[in-house]
Amino acid sequence: MPKKKNKKAAKAKAKEVKGQLGKKKETAREKMIGQSIGYRYDVNLLPDYSKITPFLKKYIEAMGWDDLNWLEDVHMGYEEDRPAVFCRNANGWVTIPSSIKLPNNQQDRDMIARELLVKFQMSPKHPLVDLKKAYLKF
Amino acid sequence: MANLKTVTKKSKAQSMGMHTEVLTGRTQQKFFNPDEAENFYYFGTYDVDFNKRTDLDVKDMTAPEANKEIDNLMSQGYGTIVIKNPQGKHSLGVGILNKLNLIFEGSLGYFGMGSCDGPIVRINGRVGWSCAENLMAGKVVIEKNAGSCFGAAIRGGDLICKGSVGARTGIDMKGGTIIIGGDAGAFTGFMMQRGRIIILGDVGINLGDSMYDGTIFVGGEIGSYGSDAVDAELTKSDQDWLKRKLKVAEIGENFDVSKMKKIVAGKKLWNYDNLEPTEKKGAI
Repeated sequence: MPKKKNKKAAKAKAKEVKGQLGKKKETAREKMIGQSIGYRYDVNLLPDYSKITPFLKKYIEAMGWDDLNWLEDVHMGYEEDRPAVFCRNANGWVTIPSSIKLPNNQQDRDMIARELLVKFQMSPKHPLVDLKKAYLKF
Repeated sequence: MANLKTVTKKSKAQSMGMHTEVLTGRTQQKFFNPDEAENFYYFGTYDVDFNKRTDLDVKDMTAPEANKEIDNLMSQGYGTIVIKNPQGKHSLGVGILNKLNLIFEGSLGYFGMGSCDGPIVRINGRVGWSCAENLMAGKVVIEKNAGSCFGAAIRGGDLICKGSVGARTGIDMKGGTIIIGGDAGAFTGFMMQRGRIIILGDVGINLGDSMYDGTIFVGGEIGSYGSDAVDAELTKSDQDWLKRKLKVAEIGENFDVSKMKKIVAGKKLWNYDNLEPTEKKGAI
């Protein structure tokens, strides 16, 4: 019996590591230089449309698009060991508050990242709003 | 400013005295507020209605005049604008950061639909160099052929050419999808960093030269591979995505996607790190 428990615990541990944000196997080059090369997530991961959230459905409909469009390139990454999504308009990582519970698979997390990013970018509190007020020419 | 983190655990490179810090983060860091309202449009953009339609004849207008008039019509709530007589003018329809349905009845010159974010555009003709350069989001459909540098540096959205395109399609692209119904010229996907290119026809020499990341799908013959472009396995997920995307593009609905070739970066050129200059110095 105890043996079974150990196996189960090992499996659970392996799963946990696989699902954790920011954990990836380092290449020999990365180990040597002590620095991560490339992106903080798999940029080529195609979205699983079965995981789409109601908010994103409404957003696509409002914009008149057929699919996620630019959001296909949005994924959940990490910043300072915390889950975050990259905002291309602000050129910075938007950190996800710890109060938001994240699921244990990348596809679900990506949909949440997309939803949060849309809300952040369309907010009147987005950093570009102040820049626009200050520098808008026409 | 980016964070410079001093690390206590020394890596091999650090113990060799090459560097003591690890660069993390970006130029700024923001925190998401969970109480954000559900907005679908950028703050300060126009609230337009797709069912409110108007025509705009740009025959006697310069490109800046035409672009300002498009902006003016959007401010009046027009969500569908038909542009008559574009007559191959350069830089038409640039900088639209709004939801909009824009139809060009004719051809565009250079840099048409550049730096747009959101609109759905249909061009019932041809386009010149660098169409939809720096596209951020939205959908641009060209019914005929396109010139060189089609979709240069696009960051998002769908860019579709039902005909053939010139050289350097998707040069330096950082996201989004480019779909070509016909053939593509040399250096397609040159220095692409991410995103996807689909070519249903043949493609010229040096495909995906110096690509850093991203994916290229080719249905026809490939002239030659560029530096660090390699074949990859076409997965079931790729095939499902291709079928869906071709439907969105209104082309190749009966195309057998299972026979397409998938090209990715071999990642041999991934040398952008702190150690590289030191190594170069040693080599000289």
